[in-house]
Amino acid sequence: SVELDVFVGNTTIMDKEVYQLWLNGYTVNDAVKVRIDGGIMEECEASVEVLLSDTMDQYRTFQMCERLLHHPTKLANQLLFQIPPDRQAMLIERYYAFDDAFAREVLGKKLSKGTKKDLDDVSAKTNITLKSCRRQFDNFKRVFKVVEELKGPLVENIRQHFLLPDQLARDYAAVVFFANNRFETGKKKLQYLTFQDFALCAGQLINNWTLGAVDNMMEDMDVDLDKEFLQDLKELKILITDKDLLDQHKSLVCTALRGKTNVFTEMEANFKNLSRGLVNIAAKLINAKDVRDFFIDLVEKFIEPCRSDRWTSIDVNLYLTHYTNSAHILDTFKHHSVWTRYMGVIKSCILRMYHE
Amino acid sequence: MPGKLKAKIVAGRHLPVMDRASDLTDAFVEVKFGNTTFKTDVYPKSLNPQWNSEWFKFEVDDEDLQDEPLQITVLDHDTYSANDAIGKVYIDIDPLLCSEAATVISGWLPIYDTIHGIRGEINVLVKVDLFNDLNRFRQSSCGIKFFCTTSVPRCYRAVMVHGFVEELVVNEDPEYQWIDRIRTPRASNEARQRLIFLMSGELQRKIGLKVLEMGGNAVVGYLQCFDLEGESGLVVRAIGTACTLEKISTLPSTATQPSNSSPSKDMKEPVFGEEAPGVPLSSGPPTPLRAQTFSSFSPSKSYSRQSSSSDTELSLTPKTVRMYLCPSAPALECESSPLPSAYLPHHLRLGMATRSTTPPPLHVSQSDSAMLRKCVSFSEELLLAASGMGSGGSAGKEAGPLKALLRQQTQSALEQREYPFFTLTSFPSGFLLHVGGVVSARSVKLLDRIHNPDEPETRDAWWEEIRQEIKSHVKALGCHAVVGYSESTSICEEVCILSASGTAAILSSRFMQDGSLDVEHRLSRQPVVFTSGADRVEGDMGSSASLGFEEVAPPGCGFCHIPYDELNIPFPAQLTYCYCCRRNKVPDVLFTTIDLPTEANVTGKGCLIQARLCRTKKKGQGEGNATAISNLLPFLEYELHTQLMNKLKLRGMNALFGLRIQISVGETMLLGLASATGVYLTALPSPGGIQIAGKTPSDITYEQHISNMQKKINDTIAKNKELFDVNPPEVVEEIIGSPIPEPRQRSRLFRSHSESSDEVSELDLSHGKKDTFVLEIDDTDAVEDIHALLTDSPTPPGFYSCNTEIMPGIQNWTSAIQMFTSVRVFRLNNANLTNQGLNKIFTDLCENLLKSFYFKLRSLTPCCLCHLNFTVAIPEDELIQVAVTAVAMSFDKDQALENGRHGGEKTQIKAIHENDEQLQFNLELNPDSTKGLADISGSHPSAKAPSVDYSSFADRCSSWIEQLRLKAHTMRRGSIKTTSSLEKNSPLPEGRSRSLRSNRSYSGGSVAVVKMTPLSFIPGAKIIKYLGIINMFFIRETTSLREEGGVSGFLHSFIAEVFAMVRAHVAALGGNAVVSYSMKECVFMENPNKNQAQCLINVSGDAVIFVQESELEATSVQPQSATTQTSNGGEGT
Repeated sequence: SVELDVFVGNTTIMDKEVYQLWLNGYTVNDAVKVRIDGGIMEECEASVEVLLSDTMDQYRTFQMCERLLHHPTKLANQLLFQIPPDRQAMLIERYYAFDDAFAREVLGKKLSKGTKKDLDDVSAKTNITLKSCRRQFDNFKRVFKVVEELKGPLVENIRQHFLLPDQLARDYAAVVFFANNRFETGKKKLQYLTFQDFALCAGQLINNWTLGAVDNMMEDMDVDLDKEFLQDLKELKILITDKDLLDQHKSLVCTALRGKTNVFTEMEANFKNLSRGLVNIAAKLINAKDVRDFFIDLVEKFIEPCRSDRWTSIDVNLYLTHYTNSAHILDTFKHHSVWTRYMGVIKSCILRMYHE
Repeated sequence: MPGKLKAKIVAGRHLPVMDRASDLTDAFVEVKFGNTTFKTDVYPKSLNPQWNSEWFKFEVDDEDLQDEPLQITVLDHDTYSANDAIGKVYIDIDPLLCSEAATVISGWLPIYDTIHGIRGEINVLVKVDLFNDLNRFRQSSCGIKFFCTTSVPRCYRAVMVHGFVEELVVNEDPEYQWIDRIRTPRASNEARQRLIFLMSGELQRKIGLKVLEMGGNAVVGYLQCFDLEGESGLVVRAIGTACTLEKISTLPSTATQPSNSSPSKDMKEPVFGEEAPGVPLSSGPPTPLRAQTFSSFSPSKSYSRQSSSSDTELSLTPKTVRMYLCPSAPALECESSPLPSAYLPHHLRLGMATRSTTPPPLHVSQSDSAMLRKCVSFSEELLLAASGMGSGGSAGKEAGPLKALLRQQTQSALEQREYPFFTLTSFPSGFLLHVGGVVSARSVKLLDRIHNPDEPETRDAWWEEIRQEIKSHVKALGCHAVVGYSESTSICEEVCILSASGTAAILSSRFMQDGSLDVEHRLSRQPVVFTSGADRVEGDMGSSASLGFEEVAPPGCGFCHIPYDELNIPFPAQLTYCYCCRRNKVPDVLFTTIDLPTEANVTGKGCLIQARLCRTKKKGQGEGNATAISNLLPFLEYELHTQLMNKLKLRGMNALFGLRIQISVGETMLLGLASATGVYLTALPSPGGIQIAGKTPSDITYEQHISNMQKKINDTIAKNKELFDVNPPEVVEEIIGSPIPEPRQRSRLFRSHSESSDEVSELDLSHGKKDTFVLEIDDTDAVEDIHALLTDSPTPPGFYSCNTEIMPGIQNWTSAIQMFTSVRVFRLNNANLTNQGLNKIFTDLCENLLKSFYFKLRSLTPCCLCHLNFTVAIPEDELIQVAVTAVAMSFDKDQALENGRHGGEKTQIKAIHENDEQLQFNLELNPDSTKGLADISGSHPSAKAPSVDYSSFADRCSSWIEQLRLKAHTMRRGSIKTTSSLEKNSPLPEGRSRSLRSNRSYSGGSVAVVKMTPLSFIPGAKIIKYLGIINMFFIRETTSLREEGGVSGFLHSFIAEVFAMVRAHVAALGGNAVVSYSMKECVFMENPNKNQAQCLINVSGDAVIFVQESELEATSVQPQSATTQTSNGGEGT
């Protein structure tokens, strides 16, 4: 029996397909099966032994590389493996790539040992191997740990320290942001939302509601929401507490929308409720507890009522646009910049979260 | 104090965590040379320390500089207990001692620990100032250049080839000293590593001294080996070929120098001239025939200048009156253009011209040849071994009496040498005249303790004995020299098999000067060579340049012509007239250990051919065991030979190159592995088929069985012929019959007409079809043979394989190369295996390895696995280990097809073209010049005689001899077209290497790419500088085998680490590639029960700087960024 079998190239040979199988947490034998099913044997006149030997070799190589992949910047500096730059980029990108389904499960949870222990449930639920879940979880945690303490723009920090492509860096930013603010995403009512829905919202929040959004030279970074802004949001309460203002606001919106939507009556009837909902969310955001419930609040206070009235996305868009703009016309309303900053994000989030 | 060694420790990075509490390390460095040690300050609490030390200076003898490595130890400071060692770096400073190699070592080097492997990196700067003039060496030989490359290195030309150098040193193995019982494995490993470093240094120094004595300045084909004899000691031995080399400039010609620069500069232009055989015609050298400087190496230097400054050149180099063959401007392209297509015609033309320089026949008396004949004798084993060859020799004519005379002269000159051996495997064209066949000798010895390490007489005597035997074999083949010579050992307990093999050959004397003239020459030359510095090169060029005329055989087939007297053929062989020139006799098959000569005429492509054999033997001890092994050896060799022969025929080929036979001995078995590259030499007859014969023809089913097998074999042959484009035209006769003779005769201007016409009439054109190889199937061996024949699986489409440097039929390499090492160990689970069972296992092991390679490298197709080097060992009783190092090189498919077509179907046509070309060429030539030439050589036979030594080096063929000849597929190593493939290993783009804000130490940027290849060249690139030899020895041991991924995981990471260390050292020397890389030792031992394993690896190669040809083309020469910086820095110092 072959007791020892190694193949080492001066330029490290890595097969993308095998790499993916490894990342997906397949055992060597399973990976060989997958490769055989892929028809590679016929294609390359290879035997099972050859495939097995190749797969083992590659798995070993990946295992040896893994420790470098934990610090992607080291990969370019290390001497052990000679890997062309495009391959390095591929290795890193794929290593850090994650399944949306997995991320969705972990999103907003504390990246702690406790969560890691529960990964087998996640694995069972998502049909992603436990091994792969662990890798993805560890990646989240690693990225989180590194950027937690860093100043400057979150996405850029991730991109630089982990050499990730832009989109992936944004997704990680979302994960980090959610983990840091512990947004509640697991409630039943939120189940219909995908990771990408949340990632977009996170992007909006990071870009508009954090300290870095105002001034990225600030000491603090943009993992945390801008406290001052949250404080200012309380001022918006006037929109619902002042009866005149509320009526005025309603009539402006109704005037603008009349004839432009099929759900006009429902809108008109619901205006005050909806407005109260949105403004109350704003006013409460100063409490960390309510920040966590941000998304559930959006759903309960706005999305669900609209949906039960069968608004289309276009209706929602139309409504929110006029709702936002009309406020600026109100005589006694002074908080224009805070309103814009608030509603811009709210509108984007709701539009994304509004699945018809 | 003739030297000052200076070292500066700059920084460290990626250090391991040594203090668990803080997750950091307090590192400092000890720098040790000889008995002097310096220390840096402790850099506290960092994994990326910045020491920025002062320069540590060691004032030492140059002898020590050669012997000792600089030892750098990184430690973790510990206030309360002993400091922990993190690891070590050994730096061989030999490359710094030679003015033409590296001048500074600077870069990140891996910190290595024998237990933990690589643990971070350290950035160091090392320089050497040599004070006194280097001519005063006594014990040191600083300045002698060493090359692993077994041909004349790319940016040099050989002024002279002095011959064989060998040396060995012995010592006790630290692993077997009593102290080993009480020291840690780490200490023991380090003692061993250090000792071997020292011994290698000493060995190199001693060899260097011998070279100096001979008047040379370099060792080419340097082959160093270790014999781990266990209890009885440790032997480090080396052989090589002493040469006087002359640098051809490092500057890329077209890009950096205007072509009309001064003539002296012109001479420096790089000439990758092996391809261009050169042999310039002389219109009449005033000082005939001395010291011809290998015009053949550098013909193009003059070509490039031809149009602008040939006059000046003539006047500047008065001793070298040259007329160039190609006075026309187009030749310029040859040098400046990297396109193979530009080279090819050039080469062909030159080749033709060469023929026309054939000197007039000299007369030789019968007694001369009688003398020659007398030395033809051979031993029984030779006969035995050779018996597999064709039978019977037809009487024929000695090609020319001239040959005999010249040969004799050369012989006498060569005989003055103790060993006319050359470790080279490829030669400047015109150097290798004839090849006799493979010669080898083996002997079985019992090891005893080496009592006095300073007097390693026993080992010396053993090798002497073997070499003498080789020498006598060579004589038997009518040769004078051995080329492609190598030596090896296999040790099992106290038994040691010593083997030597090479190829018997007759060499041209042009590169070898003997006698007084030469001495004078040397004297005048030596100071120039060794007194320092850079300007030397141009200085002595003129003096050494002159031309000589000797017997010049047609380049495409000349080497196949038999060197021995056909009336006294040393073995049964079938001789025919050469299928290329029709003038000389050639054998039916030719086996050699050398590379395929570039100018050889080959039909189709080549392929790797292996014979594999396992033989059980009884366990034994002492004398009895040794005798048993000795008795088995001849059978083993004979069977290997038969296998090779069958497999060769099965592929429709007629010659083997690069033949390497390894016999490995274990307690209960012997392993034999013969690897070679089969080709179809156009000059040799087409091989017959293989016919199976049964003993009992009456039985019908049996007959059927036989005819089935026969059919299978015939089908395989047909398939193989197609696969390798081996279609020697059946039409040979017709073509030869009419159109060819004319140009042929023309080109043989100085041959007597009567002679050639006689030849034509005597041609036996039907030869090759009638003799088939008969296998008697009742013979169990034959069954086995047939089995072995038919079980070799064919290479998958898109793949070719060879164990030589070049593959005939493929020229258009891309720059994509992938060097790899693969190791497999097979455990025999069943202790009672039969020979057949063992054979099957061994064959499968080798075949499966190949299959794995094809699979792994499939993305490179179309590609060729070149220099496939298999090494077998029996590390333990039931283990078979096979280690392979090779390089996969991809090539351009379209052109390959074209070549295939040319090479295959059209070979003969092509031959005609060549002849046409030749003819034209001759016509173009000034007829007076050729005539003049003839006159000169004709009229000064006496003047010529003393200096013309036909160096003949004889090898002896322990077994087989075959001859071939090849069509002019000039496969050029240096000039490979690069247009099609982008460099895969380009340096990292800037964006990638962006460093972390938090981590300054990364700012060094990315790691420079270092290519590695077992070949002597890099496709699509020019080697512009040799930086010195890399010779590294590492031991790795683990006591946590399972944790490191088992034996495979352990060895995988060790090999990767070895590669990494080689690359790092090359990069630190300023290089960007290692050529002629080889893993000479890979000794793996395991004890899974104890969770332990140990492995020793020895690698070597030549560190070089290369520049992509595509970059040379560009106006601004911008060689690979990282490299240029360092090398520039180096040159500045």
